[in-house]
Amino acid sequence: MTLATYFDYVIFPILIISVVLIMIRLYKGPQVVDRVIALDLIITTGIALITAYSIRSGEPVLLDVAMIFALIAFLGTIAFSFYLDKQIKK
Amino acid sequence: MTAILTAIFSTIGALAILFASIGILRMPDFFLRLSVTVKASTLGVGLLLICAAFTFSDVSVTTKAIAIIFFLVLTTPVAAHMIGKTAYHTGVEIWKDTIIDELKGFYEKNESGMDKKADDQAGNQPKLH
Repeated sequence: MTLATYFDYVIFPILIISVVLIMIRLYKGPQVVDRVIALDLIITTGIALITAYSIRSGEPVLLDVAMIFALIAFLGTIAFSFYLDKQIKK
Repeated sequence: MTAILTAIFSTIGALAILFASIGILRMPDFFLRLSVTVKASTLGVGLLLICAAFTFSDVSVTTKAIAIIFFLVLTTPVAAHMIGKTAYHTGVEIWKDTIIDELKGFYEKNESGMDKKADDQAGNQPKLH
């Protein structure tokens, strides 16, 4: 069994099942903050998917996109918490 | 040898991300969900990036992987702290079996959420321990 087959049949299905489970929490989430952390976790899983795909296809250029995703996730969570705090302060 | 190491590390990383997603789905409380997801997802993404650094034995890829791991380890706890503080101020209810709530009594409820108590600013600061 080669590494590409292993990635195709084990690693990618595990990551995709994780994204589906987090999507259920993003849909159900009782409060806004639950949805915010679900979105953050989806982006983090996206970084993992991009990294796995770049290993499987042998193209290290894709890691640049993963770095930008890490930046965007942090900024998004900070912005959400800032504006939610501002909403209750007024 | 590199293939075996990559297979082992990527399996552990993918399983850590799967446990994080099961935790965010099944935990009873916002704060428990937060504490599960932040640690496990950082571990999983870090292990997958180490796999990438193993597979492409190249200086630029290793530098990029180390930069992403450093950035994640630096920023994820800060983001989790901010969103947890916002959740406590918004008045998210805490799980009924929670043993200790160290901020209890220092904030009071009003109509728009929790607000800091005005009368005990003098000597009643929250104790750190």
